[in-house]
Amino acid sequence: MENLLFGISVGSLAALIPALPLIGALLNGLIALLCRSGKRDVPKSLVSVIGVTLPVLAFAVACYLFSLAKDPATGFTTQPLWNWISIGDFSASVSFKVDRLSLLMTLVVTGVGSLIHLYSVGYMAHDKGFARYFTYLNLFLFAMLVLILGANLPLLFVGWEGVGICSYLLIGFWFEDPEKAAAGKKAFLVNRIGDLGFLLGMFLIYSTLSAKGLQAPGGLLSFEVLEQYKGDLFLVATPICLLLFVGAMGKSAQIPLYVWLPDAMAGPTPVSALIHAATMVTAGVYMIARMHFLYALSPIAMQVVATVGMSTAFFAALIALTQSDIKKVLAYSTVSQLGYMFFAVGCGAFSAGIFHLMTHAFFKACLFLGSGSVIHALGGEQNIWKMGGLRKRMPITFLTFAASVLAISGIFPFAGFFSKDAILWQGFATGHVVLWAIGFATSGLTAFYMFRLLAAVFLGKPRDEHLYQHAHESPPTMTIPLILLGLLGAVGGWIGFPEALKGSDRFFHWFAPIFAYEEFFAKLEARGHGLELVLTLMTLIWVVHLGLIANVLYSQKIGRMGALAEKFAPVHRLLSNKFYVDEIYNFLFVKPILLVSEKVLWKFADQKVVDSLMVEGTAETVGLLGRTFAMLQTGMIQTYVLLFAVGAIVFIGYFVL
Amino acid sequence: MVTLAHYLTLSAILFSIGVTGVVCRRNTLVIFMSIELMLNAANLTFIAFGRHHGNAAGQTIAFFVIALAAAEIAVGLAIIVAIFKKLGTVDVGDIRFLKG
Repeated sequence: MENLLFGISVGSLAALIPALPLIGALLNGLIALLCRSGKRDVPKSLVSVIGVTLPVLAFAVACYLFSLAKDPATGFTTQPLWNWISIGDFSASVSFKVDRLSLLMTLVVTGVGSLIHLYSVGYMAHDKGFARYFTYLNLFLFAMLVLILGANLPLLFVGWEGVGICSYLLIGFWFEDPEKAAAGKKAFLVNRIGDLGFLLGMFLIYSTLSAKGLQAPGGLLSFEVLEQYKGDLFLVATPICLLLFVGAMGKSAQIPLYVWLPDAMAGPTPVSALIHAATMVTAGVYMIARMHFLYALSPIAMQVVATVGMSTAFFAALIALTQSDIKKVLAYSTVSQLGYMFFAVGCGAFSAGIFHLMTHAFFKACLFLGSGSVIHALGGEQNIWKMGGLRKRMPITFLTFAASVLAISGIFPFAGFFSKDAILWQGFATGHVVLWAIGFATSGLTAFYMFRLLAAVFLGKPRDEHLYQHAHESPPTMTIPLILLGLLGAVGGWIGFPEALKGSDRFFHWFAPIFAYEEFFAKLEARGHGLELVLTLMTLIWVVHLGLIANVLYSQKIGRMGALAEKFAPVHRLLSNKFYVDEIYNFLFVKPILLVSEKVLWKFADQKVVDSLMVEGTAETVGLLGRTFAMLQTGMIQTYVLLFAVGAIVFIGYFVL
Repeated sequence: MVTLAHYLTLSAILFSIGVTGVVCRRNTLVIFMSIELMLNAANLTFIAFGRHHGNAAGQTIAFFVIALAAAEIAVGLAIIVAIFKKLGTVDVGDIRFLKG
């Protein structure tokens, strides 16, 4: 179906959305190339204009497309832009899927993305890599949009890889520092492990379907075709879903592939906000929501997803309790909240997962940008124990940060309350009681460590006078996005006001036609609103309680916290060293691989076999043969005459005899 | 009776002696003399066959060979003189310009 409005077809609009940031990336890239190594001064205003207006335009187009295409719910697939792959029976074309899910994701990505681009203008103003930064950021937006809008798995994977590469480039943005470069490398390598799972999942889907001799015009891996043929995939649904989930584990930082995300804080803070809070890490959740029909076929895979998700949520929350770097707290918080999203989709609550994805994008981005504002104001300081009392010097940052803390803790009426509540209720109602209990505990932990962060940074008395005097509020390019995101974090949840609280739960019903929820509805209705209200209230009281405790402890009784940490030193050490997971991985995987690379592959295979045996050996052999034959050339005439005579005799003898 | 076979045998023996001389003697001039011996052995063979067939073909060829031998010796001796001027010796073992 192609709507023609003002002569522009909907398909072209859909193609325009990723194209705009791509143009920005190319233009800024050109500027970056021309100005590299300080050959010329970077025209900061030009780069900012290109870098910010193109994503904003993409957002505008997305809004317009939203208004056009939000009905019907299941949307449509656009006509292919071109036929990308066509090898034998395997084909895939570049076409876009425009339905409510991709439209919502596009709005979130371009909206939050544009705000972060604007913020970056202020944050990166003094950086000499200004043009390069905006090139990578625009390129990232392009890749993310391809991921979201792609109508088939290969195209989604292109976007998947694209965001991975941009993540590497942006994390390692200040690559002159070897630690930061290593962080980028780690992110990419861990992602790659996940990508292997994803690829294997794709291959399995394709081989199963093509073995049955099925044909499809848009390629067998397009989402419409897959949904159509899902019955044929029933037998292999579990392996496929698990393999795809491995990919999601890598991209969305779940156990065991989450280790790259805390290290990724080495990149500039707006990058952490965009990539590691709002967009890239949510790609895994989006992918599972996209493939919901396949996951619905495999209860085992769903259970695995839910369990891994909730375990990660709890585990990361524990680590976040003891971190002293403002960004690391937020990083582990992200891992934890992503765990909630996976728990949701693992329980079949796909729209709840997407709802939390959206609200999380708002408040987490606001939190990261707020922390960036603090870091910027304090000249690069990231240790919360050196902060304190900043609310007076940075009021806007404080207010927006506080609003986001209230949101993430799940306190009514902020956004996080509705989304987290939806997840926990729907998880409980579908029978995952144990996981619900862990989720309940984790939400308390979340409130605790977030209020701890708020109190340590903004409340109480300043712990470093010199830094405190230095602090100042950030420029409007940075505070406007903060305000907008803070507002969204405050009111953004209201579209999901649950029916139990006399709301209309528009979000849930809006997505219902896509996720085909009959069984799911039945389960929820059976439990009834009463129980939902009780659980919601319980959770609310719990988080408010813990939040207040943390607030008081860390704003007024901060000395006692130090003593407490010493009393429970082993536990504290375990948590603040992140359960030594990095060290374990280093021991189990990194060191053996490096050892094998050095001792076996380099010293032996490369040096001894290839270099000595094959290359030098060949040269030696040739030399040997040469010297042997050279013995014939004595230079003495008589030798030659002798050979001549002998040859003549043999020759004549042959004919005579 | 002195048959063709006798002449041919003599010729063969002379030729072999010439070959041995070329291979085994170190003095260049002796090598040239051995070459002459080989040529003469060939001449003998030609003449024997000429007499055997009863025509003058063999003797004609022998004339050619003699003339050729003379020319060859002239050139060869010129080379020897040149080498002697360079090396001071006519020992063939010392001429190793083409070694290796």
